[in-house]
Amino acid sequence: MRAKIMDRAATVILTLIAVLIIGTLVGLLGFILTQGWHKLNLDFLTSPPDIVKAGGGIGPQLFNSLYLLVLTMVIALPLGLGAGIYMAEYAPDNKFTQFIRMSIEVLSSLPSIVVGLFGLLVFVNMTGWGYTLFSGALALTVFNLPLLVRVTEDAIRNVPRSQKEASLALGITKWRTIVSVILPAALPGILTGTILASGRVFGEAAALLFTAGMSSPDLDFSQFSLSGPTSPLNPFRPAETLAVHIWKVNSEGLAPDARDVADGAAAVLIIAVLLFNLSARWFGAWIYKKMTSGAN
Amino acid sequence: MTHRTDTPSQSGIARKMLTSNKRQWTENVTGRLIATVCAALLIIVVLSITYFIASKGLSTFFVNGISITEFLSQVKWDPEGEPAVYGVFPFILGSFLVTTLAALIAAPLGIGAAIFMIELYPNFGKKVLKPVIELLVGIPSVVYGYVGLTLLVPFIREQFDVLGFSLLAGGLVLALMILPTITSVAADAISAVPQDLRNASLALGATRWQTIWNVVLHSSLPGCLTAIVLGMARAFGEALAVQMVIGNTTKLPGSLLDPISTLTSGITLNMGNTIQGTPYNNALWSMALLLLLMSFVFIMILRIIGRKGLVNK
Repeated sequence: MRAKIMDRAATVILTLIAVLIIGTLVGLLGFILTQGWHKLNLDFLTSPPDIVKAGGGIGPQLFNSLYLLVLTMVIALPLGLGAGIYMAEYAPDNKFTQFIRMSIEVLSSLPSIVVGLFGLLVFVNMTGWGYTLFSGALALTVFNLPLLVRVTEDAIRNVPRSQKEASLALGITKWRTIVSVILPAALPGILTGTILASGRVFGEAAALLFTAGMSSPDLDFSQFSLSGPTSPLNPFRPAETLAVHIWKVNSEGLAPDARDVADGAAAVLIIAVLLFNLSARWFGAWIYKKMTSGAN
Repeated sequence: MTHRTDTPSQSGIARKMLTSNKRQWTENVTGRLIATVCAALLIIVVLSITYFIASKGLSTFFVNGISITEFLSQVKWDPEGEPAVYGVFPFILGSFLVTTLAALIAAPLGIGAAIFMIELYPNFGKKVLKPVIELLVGIPSVVYGYVGLTLLVPFIREQFDVLGFSLLAGGLVLALMILPTITSVAADAISAVPQDLRNASLALGATRWQTIWNVVLHSSLPGCLTAIVLGMARAFGEALAVQMVIGNTTKLPGSLLDPISTLTSGITLNMGNTIQGTPYNNALWSMALLLLLMSFVFIMILRIIGRKGLVNK
């Protein structure tokens, strides 16, 4: 009898825990979205922030976040793909491979602030660039590389052996097999993982405080040169991203509507992250269907 | 015995197949080389992170001549005083306290949710709880900090009539942040338990809970421990969300409701305001080195747990 009561009680408690977690997420999203909802208009999304007066927007920050995401992925994706291919296809069972595995483990558990500080030393001070978008992108590359390598490796390992063997049996070289048979088959997994990694880049702040900096120059959006100091596309200018902006406004905001700005910016960030997450899901399912002719 | 009568075109193919194609060979070797270089880059990055942080962090002791034991054990942090005192013990204590508190809250919840997801209602777990957990992972840490600041801190302030910025607020925010990590890793470990074990236990007349408690949790223990340690590693290194809600004083806390500082919050707040190369600045780098060393310690613990798990199987 006791055992039965225990069983019932455990079921109830575990269910409560599950309800609590789901409730927390719903509450969190609901809170952030309702707080920031009234701020979500075109003016807020496009106008520059105001340091002391009310009515500032988050235009440059939003642009910086997106541009930084593109820069980071342009650098990180090829490196992650290369290392992932090595780990899945070439890595022999030896000390070197073990060392790489260890490195991936270390990198993925490093606190992001430590990555940021490393970026400050190497990409900001040693190179003499100062706080720049490019330094931020390099720091985020370090931060995201382990995830991308793991995603690529897993996706490649999930490709059926027979496909690879068929290609090799046709006399096609190993590299050609990887590029034209294995990678296309592993693409859905790689893309889904990349979109999720993008969400992480978009929300990361600690690694950027001391690499991309905490301020933005006045951007002139009619300029498109890669070198002008006020040109939005110049990768060698300081850039405050949306996530960094939220942190800064919350901890040292001077504008009278700092709370409001933080509410709006948090809502925008959450919506962006939700979009990344949902699109990864949807895209993964869609491409899977495409490639397997709908069989499930 | 028959002679092989090859037509000219067949012998051409044979020759083509037997002689190595230089272009393909180069391509093959180059491809392999590029992949190897990318992989080697990971090692280079880890080594250079260790080297650069260590060389900066150790200069507190070797250039500025501050003793390591004093640095670690002194409870007074007054880098701008005369004479300046660099005791990081409050920061270290703060980091450990907030991490432990977060783990104490998140571990039972996370493992409970994992059991619910795998053992009780696998369908609901897969369709609802798993996506929810994945969404929680994706929420940026500044957003957790922002919610803590606008919701949790005022709540604590009103409930207990204190400042609000506190160890408790930090622990709760971190618990929420590491909950998804613990849940998903523990869920993987629990679902890896062979079904035979469950069936055997149920066949002996054990209830579902007895089976979960005595059989499933017992055999997935290394995985669940891994989950908790991974969560703690994440909590220990988290910077901004914690910094926003813990109040950042270097006094030692007397209760859960007192404000504290952590290694990460100390670095975040002061790194930008100090001049490179000064003893104050170097002390911050030493704190970063401590963070780095702690993440090595966490990895070692994880490896030991992993090895134990293999031995038990």
